[in-house]
Amino acid sequence: MRGRTMALFDFFRRSEPTSASMAKDRLQIIVTRERAVTSGTPDYLARLKQELLEVISKYEKVDLDRVSVNLERNHGFDVLELNIVLADDSPPMPLPRPRAALSAPRS
Amino acid sequence: MSKVIVVTSGKGGVGKTTTSANVATGLALLGYRTVAIDFDVGLRNLDLVMGCERRVVYDFVNVIKKEASLRQAVIRDKRVENLFILPASQTRDKDALDVEGVGRVIEDFRAAQFDYIICDSPAGIERGALMAMYFADEAIVVTNPEVSSVRDSDRVLGLLDAKTRKVETGERVKTHLLLTRYAPGRVAKGEMLGYADVLELLGIPLLGVIPESKAVLQASNLGTPVILDPTADAAQAYLDVVARFVGEERPQRFLDVPKRGFFSRLFGEPTAYAG
Ligand SMILES: Nc1ncnc2c1ncn2[C@@H]1O[C@H](COP(=O)(O)OP(=O)(O)OP(=O)(O)O)[C@@H](O)[C@H]1O
Ligand SMILES: [Mg+2]
Repeated sequence: MRGRTMALFDFFRRSEPTSASMAKDRLQIIVTRERAVTSGTPDYLARLKQELLEVISKYEKVDLDRVSVNLERNHGFDVLELNIVLADDSPPMPLPRPRAALSAPRS
Repeated sequence: MSKVIVVTSGKGGVGKTTTSANVATGLALLGYRTVAIDFDVGLRNLDLVMGCERRVVYDFVNVIKKEASLRQAVIRDKRVENLFILPASQTRDKDALDVEGVGRVIEDFRAAQFDYIICDSPAGIERGALMAMYFADEAIVVTNPEVSSVRDSDRVLGLLDAKTRKVETGERVKTHLLLTRYAPGRVAKGEMLGYADVLELLGIPLLGVIPESKAVLQASNLGTPVILDPTADAAQAYLDVVARFVGEERPQRFLDVPKRGFFSRLFGEPTAYAG
């Protein structure tokens, strides 16, 4: 019984994406890209990426290609998105210990 | 305090002039002293849509070049009180517009106590379009539910955020989305972008939806803005838009396929608007 109802639903459901939904997907991509170009993405993004990488690589092994820094401009607000994929094969490097912890407790 | 409103789109032929004529007429019907300025120098159309083409003597460029006074160039509408039109020049090109000259005209309208100054932008993102938006306090971004129009509108929104006097003084131009030539039937079939998709893509508030309507073409044939024929679907849509613009809350209409009555379902009477 249940199977039958499902089949009936499937029959009415659109399986192919409509041309309107394809239009929306294409627009989402192009509009985001053009906003970045025309709204003058700040030129510090490349430097920011490099410096972040230097800091993070002190603690974790990171792959340059797997870091993305992205600034998205929507009308009214900006979103700075930072995405870092850590290499999963290496254990995290031991953190340099604060000196104080090494010294004997004061009595 | 006068409000300067640019009607703009980037893409051509989406309904800027139709919207300028109807919004200006609607505001005047509410009693606001309103002038519509045609910025489409070289391709003037607003005069035709508003039915005053035979009364054009001097134009916007004549005023900018100080060849005529504003008083000589502005046309008073014959049907609606408080409604005025400043036609574009048909013989010059868009480079005839400069910030100083346009600024002077806008200032003169402000000084003459106009409530609304509607700037009908030409298509494109060149000088004419930039001049039309430069002094704007608010913008009506006219968009058709179609890929190139949405992309161009997004581009224009970027310009409104960058190339206006408001921005230079640390403010922003308030933006409104007007979706025109909307065919809910085609949206339902998945052939046309829906209003929710366009809203999501452009991220600005929806002022209204104007259905694709035969009445609009008829109205421009006659030179009578469609809003003056309240029985037409597009007229009701524009009346809603104007009411919302002056702060009244009205639910959105014309988003869905009109429900057919029992008889029309039986006999397949065509729906009120194409789709
Ligand atoms: N809601 C509508 N339903 C049907 N036709 C419409 C509608 N709105 C506009 N049109 C028609 O679309 C055409 C273009 O409209 P209009 O001249 O207002 O566009 P525009 O954006 O000013 O064009 P341009 O970029 O050339 O200045 C006209 O023929 C007009 O009658
Ligand atoms: Mg036009």
